[in-house]
Amino acid sequence: MLRLIKDTLISQVVTLWRVFVHAFDKTDTVEYPDVQPQMAARWRGRIILSRDPDGEERCVACNLCAVACPVDCIALQKAEDDEGRWYPEFFRINFSRCIMCGFCEEACPTNAIQLTPDFEMAEYVRQDMVWEKEDLLINGTGKYHDYNFYRVAGKKIGGKDKGEARNEAPPVDVRSLLP
Amino acid sequence: MVWEVGSPLSIGAILFTVIIVAAMLIWVERRLLGLWQERLGPNRVGPFGLLQVVADMIKIFAKEDWVPPFADKFSFVLAPPIIMFVILMSFTVIPFAPGVGVIDSDVGVLFVLAMASLGAYSVMLGGLASNNKYALLGSLRAAAQMVSYEVFMGISLLGVVALTGSFNLRDIVIAQTDGWFIIPQFIGFLIFMIAGIAESHRLPFDIPEAEQEIVAGYHTEYSGMKFGMFFVGEYLGVLLISSLLVVLFFGGWLGPAFLPPIVWFVLKTSFFIAFFILLRAAIPRPRYDQLMTYGWLFLLPLSLLNLMITGAFVLWQEGGM
Amino acid sequence: MAKITVDGIVYEVNPQNNLLQECLSHGLDLPYFCWHPCMGSVGACRQCAVKQYRNADDKIGTVVMSCMTPASDGAIISIADAQAVKMRSSVIESLMISHPHDCPVCEEGGECHLQDMTQMSGHNYRRYDFKKVTHRNQNLGPFINHEMNRCIACYRCVRYYDDYAGGKDLAALGAHHHVYFGRQEEGTLESEFSGNLVEVCPTGVFTDKTFSEHYTRKWDLQTAPSICTGCGAGCNTTPGERYGTLRRIVNRYHHDLNGYFLCDRGRFGYGFNSSDNRITEASLVSSHADEKGVRKPLTQQEAQRQFDALTAGDVVGIGSPRASLESNLALRARVGVKNFYAGFSAEQQRCMQAVIAINREQGLHCPDIRTLEQADCVLVVNEDITNTSPRFALALRQAVRNRAAQLATDARIPLWQDAAVRELAQNELSPLFILSPQGTRLDDVATETFLSTIAQQVALLSAIANTIDASVGTAATDEDSAEQARRIAAALISATKPTIVSGTSAGSEALIHATANVARALRKYSVQSAAINLCFAMPEVNTMGLALLMEEGGGTLDEALQRLARGNADAAIVLENDLSLRTTPAAIDAAIAGTDSGSAVWVVIDQLHNSFNARAQLLLPVTSFAEQNSTFVNYEGRAQSSHQVFPADAALRPGYEWLTPHDPLSPLLTTSETILFHSAQTLAAFAGAEKLLPPRTGMQALMKSPRQLHRYSGRTAMHAHSNVHESKQPTDRQSPMAFSMEGLSLQKDSSLLSAAWAPGWNSNQAISKFQDEINGELKQGCKGVHLLQRTLPPQSAMAVNSAKAGKKGTFVVYFIDHIFGSDELSAKSPAITARSVGPYLCIGKSEATALGLHQHGLARVSNGDHVVELPVLIRQRIAAGAVGIYCGAEINRHLFAGSVSVAPVNEDDNVLARSRQMFSDLIINDSLINNSESGRG
Repeated sequence: MLRLIKDTLISQVVTLWRVFVHAFDKTDTVEYPDVQPQMAARWRGRIILSRDPDGEERCVACNLCAVACPVDCIALQKAEDDEGRWYPEFFRINFSRCIMCGFCEEACPTNAIQLTPDFEMAEYVRQDMVWEKEDLLINGTGKYHDYNFYRVAGKKIGGKDKGEARNEAPPVDVRSLLP
Repeated sequence: MVWEVGSPLSIGAILFTVIIVAAMLIWVERRLLGLWQERLGPNRVGPFGLLQVVADMIKIFAKEDWVPPFADKFSFVLAPPIIMFVILMSFTVIPFAPGVGVIDSDVGVLFVLAMASLGAYSVMLGGLASNNKYALLGSLRAAAQMVSYEVFMGISLLGVVALTGSFNLRDIVIAQTDGWFIIPQFIGFLIFMIAGIAESHRLPFDIPEAEQEIVAGYHTEYSGMKFGMFFVGEYLGVLLISSLLVVLFFGGWLGPAFLPPIVWFVLKTSFFIAFFILLRAAIPRPRYDQLMTYGWLFLLPLSLLNLMITGAFVLWQEGGM
Repeated sequence: MAKITVDGIVYEVNPQNNLLQECLSHGLDLPYFCWHPCMGSVGACRQCAVKQYRNADDKIGTVVMSCMTPASDGAIISIADAQAVKMRSSVIESLMISHPHDCPVCEEGGECHLQDMTQMSGHNYRRYDFKKVTHRNQNLGPFINHEMNRCIACYRCVRYYDDYAGGKDLAALGAHHHVYFGRQEEGTLESEFSGNLVEVCPTGVFTDKTFSEHYTRKWDLQTAPSICTGCGAGCNTTPGERYGTLRRIVNRYHHDLNGYFLCDRGRFGYGFNSSDNRITEASLVSSHADEKGVRKPLTQQEAQRQFDALTAGDVVGIGSPRASLESNLALRARVGVKNFYAGFSAEQQRCMQAVIAINREQGLHCPDIRTLEQADCVLVVNEDITNTSPRFALALRQAVRNRAAQLATDARIPLWQDAAVRELAQNELSPLFILSPQGTRLDDVATETFLSTIAQQVALLSAIANTIDASVGTAATDEDSAEQARRIAAALISATKPTIVSGTSAGSEALIHATANVARALRKYSVQSAAINLCFAMPEVNTMGLALLMEEGGGTLDEALQRLARGNADAAIVLENDLSLRTTPAAIDAAIAGTDSGSAVWVVIDQLHNSFNARAQLLLPVTSFAEQNSTFVNYEGRAQSSHQVFPADAALRPGYEWLTPHDPLSPLLTTSETILFHSAQTLAAFAGAEKLLPPRTGMQALMKSPRQLHRYSGRTAMHAHSNVHESKQPTDRQSPMAFSMEGLSLQKDSSLLSAAWAPGWNSNQAISKFQDEINGELKQGCKGVHLLQRTLPPQSAMAVNSAKAGKKGTFVVYFIDHIFGSDELSAKSPAITARSVGPYLCIGKSEATALGLHQHGLARVSNGDHVVELPVLIRQRIAAGAVGIYCGAEINRHLFAGSVSVAPVNEDDNVLARSRQMFSDLIINDSLINNSESGRG
């Protein structure tokens, strides 16, 4: 009986009291439009496409973000310039489907696609939530300042010949028999 | 114009106040929940967010008044007004203050209980007419819960009635001039409060509309103002139970003379409303079977025991024994 | 059957095979690179290491290469053994030290065998601190991209290209870690089967250049099982689509036909689908007086209404050998049997009748391509199969290696010991005899090539038949040909699986009968009364289907045109057929004149614009093979289903939908399935074809097969630019497949293999998971239905009339086919166009000198009525007294059939330069030397 009273009554009263005491604590709410919240840099908000330190598009249209996307809201098409550099012909994100999970950023091998702390994404017309490459591409490196995929990858592009990538020897001369 | 029981002024003021207060409770509840959860609650419409209610009203009136094609239209439409009606009728016998009330009935307690029982029809009709499995489940739960808790709600009051010797709520208040019934009837108070929460299916006893389990229970299919009536009905219920608690156990309008009686009544009622909201903020919902077991195997014996002891006490005081 | 134990589990295996093959056959995951199911083992990559134990008591064991170890009875091995695992992961780490960091920009990424095997072996971090070896790439032509940095030196490319496909221009160059796989100098890869390098290379050194231009990852392609429309061989393909255009074609394994390999026409000839030449809307030439002759576009509904109104009366219907069986059947049903005419030239139809009769004859057997590979003596008659039915040529290159297989078996060397077998056999090849008017691409493996005109071939064939069986044919008149006939006859008689391959492209009925006579004569010597292999290559995908349909009644093309010229019809419907390829311009002009005078209209239903359908009053656009469900009948009479890959543009409809009167109450009547089912019930030639239809019981009747892999991406974004509200996935009422990723799991029981994928196996090599054993039948899928039954009793040899010799001073004309350009549809694909040449004249050296013609100069070719000026290609190897004409799309071959006279034209340097440029890509193997001593050299 005592145990019953302890369980059903005392513990409930204690709970009530503890919750009541919260009335005197400071509220956590930030009054958003009047006060701008402090956003963490790793906040997963609006998606952007960044540029490498040389100012070229970082995206190489590898399609990994699209396949990682659990809601399938990324569509793109690969294109290639005359000198072998891959880039997206179009790159479309349907933000009305995006769930800000950040998988695309995790999947991206070139640090091109990044989630930013911008969360003010509401639109009155749903069609306006479909963003193309022109809307997504920023003039900067985003969160990762130094990485340039093509400086690491072996593929030859304009301005970087075979053997000039990181950790590469100059192209071999097939006709040489020297060891 | 005079303040007396049953005068048009009194009736008008009570009707107006009760409905406005019930509506304002939506805002009060959200602000208080915010307070206890270290949030702010609605604070952007008007000063302190007071006009949130107005905004909600505008929204709810502007919504499409939709009846699902698979519902039984007549019962579906009928259900929400019933709850509004029966609870408003209950307020007719509440003695707010000397001279403030609608009728001074000799069977006030019984009338309140009768009206509260009728409220079960609203919930059952609403659930059945919706033709939706969740609504049906909700109304089944509601019917069982209301019928059960009705029993010991009534029995728990009989202690107070026995002490007063009257079913008239005004007499009950006056009988507490020398001491509130909370003292002799503490157990009765507890049982009545618990039963009252269950009757108005407030948290933690909101099993008929438990949204984590059955969407929104009996009002799953309701929207617009029909939903609004269920919603306001719930807050009217909170107001009614709080008023009854004050009238039956806390001396109604009685209080030191530096404040007018009606202010005492309002203050005491406000305390219980706040307490109801605190309950919601703090206590989790029991399982359905736990609720029924608790009611029938614990509260019922306890309320019968309370009645017997009170009865014995009254008889002993009257020298009958 | 032998038993081996792998990690404690006993498996039944074939002791003829190696351990790797048997492990894969039993579905075990064991990494490999240099081994290929068709190319055996060389033990180069060291990746398939396993632990082998001597006996049950041996607890230490030895690491062995499973591909080099026979699956002998009682072998005990372990794949999971820690030392073997360590070995495999160390090997892949070494293989990867110079692999560039470019998977995201590699076309192989996502279907890369190297990625799969790296995952499987557990290597993930490069510990090697030194620099990566890099290489310069080569431009290998319009089909193949080269990215040498990615090479892991498994040698599969040269083993395929040189050893399997007989290529000469791809080699392993350089030494030690500088080894380089490429050509001696930059240039187009010569082999007609170079496209298979894309699938053979385990990583991205060789990738599909046409695919790269509109690249999409494998998982994003919508695919369905399809049939190649490049020729009549009926190879199985998997076309892939993304964003509404066809992106590529890859091989789809078929045990009997293409196996693992396709030809380059089939692989790269898909571009016509989205070319500018495509007819994208219906149009009608206005008949109003004020705008007479103006062509106006119509909506689909208007077009159907106009079509029904214009073709209400007595209508001539002309079928097509490149349209699906269903479309031909629908046309026949619409116009009636008496108004249905074949869409081949008259001589083609006569040839087809002869071929069908031969294919019905008992005692002969029409070999599938796998059977061709097993032939131990082959006679190729006239047909230049490398250019008309290329997959046959690849099979014959395997057939000549049966001598090596025989030698290896005698020496008790297992056949999968590829290097050992090659070392043993050196240049020993099975006999392959070719009768051809000019040198062919198979000459390098041929025992002898007899350069001869059709008439000479007929005579030689008669002599061969006569040598085999004196009661048949006629003996040779001169000693030379008698000697030749004896050599060929002796080889054929001593073979256990003699095989004769020919075709109908010469249009000579006599040649077909003469060829069949040799096979009939051979029956006398057939081992254990096995049937003699005899097959005829078909020029177009459904030539055999249409020929079978004509057996059920209908007229010839000449009859149709004569009837139209008489004005004896209200309209003519031409189904997917450029009649200018089938008959002379005069016949077409007469027919059009006849209809104009009677105000009858021409309705043409076609895919691509051409000069003929520009003259039609009503032009209806039709879906391509990838946009419709259809059935095609290959050269064996094997009917196969080709499934729709993606929904076509709204204006396009399959031919059978245009042609079947639309009944709104039962729209299902126009489906390919109902048409096929109905004809299987009513037409004797198609009895049994209903077995192609999806099963009506079990899971497949209730669920559809997905066309998309489960990783298909972009579903909610790919159409969002036009409308953010996603529309429903298109439904497919026509086939057992769905335009979605939902439905029967491929891994469970999808009897339709839309793409080969298995967990951990993303490349096309996942096919091993779908075979009942390596190189075996597919566990899933339909091999097609044979429509031709051997119902006729063995025929005795037929009398053959030799063709007349030409007039003095004229040359006998033979027509040249090119793998890139001769097929009407694929020729319009950009990559194929880049490899095609314009029309030219081919002439022997002595004749050219006599006439004063220069190499690459111009010649005037005349048959009396028609004259044309053509660039000249002087060849060493060409039959005396013959000239070859390659017509391209510009010249009507019916004008010059027979004999022509040739005269030089004064040309300037511009012309010479232009034609030299044109011929630069043309691969002629005059310089090749026959390997056999008896060869002509």
